[in-house]
Amino acid sequence: MLAESLFVMLGTLSVIGALGMLIARNPVSSALWLILTLFCVAGLYLTLSAEFIAVVQVLVYAGAIMVLFLFVIMLLNLGTMPTMKGVGWKKAVGFVLCVVVLTQLVLIGATGLDLLPATEVVDVANAGSATTIAKSLFTRYALAFEVIGILLLVATIGAVMLAKRRFA
Amino acid sequence: MDVPLWLLAIIAFGVINFMLISASVLVYAERKVSAYMQNRPGPNRVGPAGFLQPFADVFKLMFKEDVAPRAASPFVHSLAPVIMVVIAMTVPAMIPFARGVVIVDNSVTVLIILALTSVSVYGVTMAGWSSNSKFSLLGGLRSSAQMISYELSMGLAVASVVLLAGSLSVVEIVEDQSVGGAVLGWNVFRNPLGALIFVITAFAETNRAPFDLPEAEQELVGGYHTEYSGMKFGMFFLAEYVNWFVASFVIVTLFFGGYLLPFEPQILAAYPGLEGSVGLGLLQALCLLVKVGFFVFLFLWVRWTLPRFKYNQLMEIGWKVMLPAALVNVLLIAIAVAVFMG
Repeated sequence: MLAESLFVMLGTLSVIGALGMLIARNPVSSALWLILTLFCVAGLYLTLSAEFIAVVQVLVYAGAIMVLFLFVIMLLNLGTMPTMKGVGWKKAVGFVLCVVVLTQLVLIGATGLDLLPATEVVDVANAGSATTIAKSLFTRYALAFEVIGILLLVATIGAVMLAKRRFA
Repeated sequence: MDVPLWLLAIIAFGVINFMLISASVLVYAERKVSAYMQNRPGPNRVGPAGFLQPFADVFKLMFKEDVAPRAASPFVHSLAPVIMVVIAMTVPAMIPFARGVVIVDNSVTVLIILALTSVSVYGVTMAGWSSNSKFSLLGGLRSSAQMISYELSMGLAVASVVLLAGSLSVVEIVEDQSVGGAVLGWNVFRNPLGALIFVITAFAETNRAPFDLPEAEQELVGGYHTEYSGMKFGMFFLAEYVNWFVASFVIVTLFFGGYLLPFEPQILAAYPGLEGSVGLGLLQALCLLVKVGFFVFLFLWVRWTLPRFKYNQLMEIGWKVMLPAALVNVLLIAIAVAVFMG
């Protein structure tokens, strides 16, 4: 029960954060809203008792990537973007209604055609532990893991090459 | 081990107050030790031997007017010091003070400590940005660059410890160091390079000299907290000193046996009645504090002995010395674990 109410709270907050990121006119505020969303997503992982993924989410996304984002934004010293023209409340209400109706239609269609994925109950106690993840990462998904490693290496080398050509 | 919730609450309350009081004691220690190192008496007017000086400072900060720049972004400007203090106060929850006395104990506590360290950059960055001042912004930028550069080496040093212990839980890492009897199981003896790297990166992460570029007075006024006054500045001050104290705790816990007594197996063999008693717990807490005391003094010692690095030196040490050394260390430890423990 607690987990459910937490889920609703964190989910709402993360959506608010995402909307804030889109609406904010200042790049730094946008980044701060995005950080809020990332923390809420980490909290969502916690409600699924995936402690390892939750902490890694904070460590990698909030702790490393967003710090670099913020760093670059501050270094570039971007000005604020022009404020949006006022969106009439009629358009806003219409948009929300459209989203709700579309979601319902998709859900009904999916259930009618039996397309929803079956809820799979895994070993909840150990589903999120580092050992479980490492096991599947280094056995079943070993090839994909290695390919991603090479991809990142290529991207790193590419970035270094680009930076060198610019300033050499 | 199942500790009842009320006992945990009492421990947590005690730990928070301990950290708050420790900050004022550390301020006094810093001023007194630095004074003796520079052959002057230091604070000696308020209270016996000047011992009440930090309390006088705190009262001064609390009653000072809080001035915020008009161009500052008000919410973020107030949020930044709060983030710093909250994060500094959260890390002690993961540190075991004696066997079984720890507030948070799950399977990923080491990662939580690392995550909190990396998130604390936001406090500095936000303070630098929201003040809308050149000096603050430069201080914030320097600080985030420095913390990102040294976080990598710190994470790799921690990874080598995790490899040795085979667990991501701080409690299990401490208990793992009790192998080998006496003191030889401590990670500093099994993993000396990792310990050295971790201590140096801890200096960099806490922004202490010789890594105190973010608040270099000669060039940046006060760095990221130039535009803060009153208790908001006090919170940055508090966070800095608590961070210093907590960093010492983490160093001791990960590399110097944490709460383990030196020669614990022998002592337990000599006094079997001690096993599992409250007395042993007190001894362990005392032992932890003595070890932490040494590192607190080391931080002071280094600060008042070494000059500050230049920015290019800072980056060169971080990327060209610490990172390769940490990578090689992790590789060596991994090979050693596979060969000797596998």
